[in-house]
Amino acid sequence: MVAPEAAMLIRRPPDIPPSAITPPEVYAGRRRFLAGALAAAAGVAAPAALATGTPTGEALAARRNAEYSTVEAPNSWDDVTTYNNYYEFGTDKSDPSQNAGRLRVKPWSVTIGGEAELRGPVTLEDLLKPHALEERIYRLRCVEAWSMVIPWVGIPLGEVLKRFRPTSRAKYVAFTTLKDFAQMPGQRVPVLEWPYQEGLRIDEAMHPLALLAVGLYGRVLPNQNGAPLRLVVPWKYGFKSIKAIVRIDFTAQMPTTSWSRAAPEEYGFYANVNPAVDHPRWSQKTERRIGAGLFAPRQPTLPFNGYAREVADLYAGMDLRRNF
Amino acid sequence: MPIATLAVRAFGLGGATLGTNPVATLTDQLGLWALRLLLATLALTPLRILTGSARWLLYRRMLGLAAFGYLTLHLAMYFAVDQSFDWRVLLEDIAKRRWITLGFTAFVLLVPLAATSTRAAQRRLGRRWQRLHYAIYPAAVLGCWHYYWQVKRDVRAPLVYAAVLALLLGMRAVRAWRRRGAGAVLAGQARA
Repeated sequence: MVAPEAAMLIRRPPDIPPSAITPPEVYAGRRRFLAGALAAAAGVAAPAALATGTPTGEALAARRNAEYSTVEAPNSWDDVTTYNNYYEFGTDKSDPSQNAGRLRVKPWSVTIGGEAELRGPVTLEDLLKPHALEERIYRLRCVEAWSMVIPWVGIPLGEVLKRFRPTSRAKYVAFTTLKDFAQMPGQRVPVLEWPYQEGLRIDEAMHPLALLAVGLYGRVLPNQNGAPLRLVVPWKYGFKSIKAIVRIDFTAQMPTTSWSRAAPEEYGFYANVNPAVDHPRWSQKTERRIGAGLFAPRQPTLPFNGYAREVADLYAGMDLRRNF
Repeated sequence: MPIATLAVRAFGLGGATLGTNPVATLTDQLGLWALRLLLATLALTPLRILTGSARWLLYRRMLGLAAFGYLTLHLAMYFAVDQSFDWRVLLEDIAKRRWITLGFTAFVLLVPLAATSTRAAQRRLGRRWQRLHYAIYPAAVLGCWHYYWQVKRDVRAPLVYAAVLALLLGMRAVRAWRRRGAGAVLAGQARA
């Protein structure tokens, strides 16, 4: 099947204008003010931990894609960069931000393989060069029933993939994370089979919402968020959005994916966000929005994480209870 | 006490925080401390055997009640704060999720123990009190099992708790077996 040029089908959601979204500088300013006020109230100097809300790292020139950005206010830099599921650096949410410093992201190259006319290694620079960076504010729904809103910087995955001229035999795209336990200490523990592997059907990969991200909050992606190159598939559970990608293979068969291999009854290949299909051990009907505060109620989870209008057609006629 | 530490973190004193997901942090920490205190309660009899001092048993009620207190707060966090008192979610979780079924059963088993923790209840129930309070053993097993089934993939920590529990219960089993063995020897001598 040839990937549809679905961009035309995407209607603009009833979003707030980009101007209404808090820019990081303003956010950081508020944060500093709060830190100062707290410190004053407590009569102590502000501890360093309170002053780390400012986005750091090399700035990226990216144009905001308002059409694909959500209404909700993004989570803070701190939330996004210290609450991570990235088992290559440890299984606690705070482990990646503490242990990801050992990862060397320069130089980086990605090897393209499988059912494509152009194969072989590509440097990250060459991979990115022909594309203009976009900022897209996406919802992220973790399979653990929490969610965030994240301003990513990246390029549409489909446009990158097309450059390698996938053949008609390419039905799926498989992605592989770096495997090197010297840089990724969590890989010393066999909680999953390393390297981490993920995959998409080719039409999913070609969908304009699928993003290859290189940045966050207008800055280069921090290591704990998947630097230097990660996938972002906003209508699927977070574990589909593989980090630190070193291989992209076009395949004729459905590729194996790490979580479905580890626990096939709990994690499927598709992993579309679906409130109607519970995880065997918890409900997927609601989610806890990170940053909403201790007493904020959970909010309902939306089919396809709120992107149903854009992506539901990809699954027409499929039994999503079986293909979870 | 851990509850004080959690309170300090909840109010952000001295830069301490409950982290990015305070609801999860509180629920997890309260549950972990309930389990730790339950294991500590179960450690007192082995300590008495090892040290020969009965003073350890003075702390049994205090630790047991503290474990129950943390367990109640753990459940309250989940039901009141995380699920906003949604009875349907609670009932569905208890019925459908094995690990919540286990955890809730452990709580139900411990309610009568907490209710009969007073000296008066002890006197009133007599020998039955001891039999009733053996329920702490299955409750602790269910607690460890609940934790083991709760984690997504990394089961190392739950296995440590289970190993500690196995050790504490194992010491009791060995003692009971030896006593029975000694009893059999005595019975044999009596017959001879």
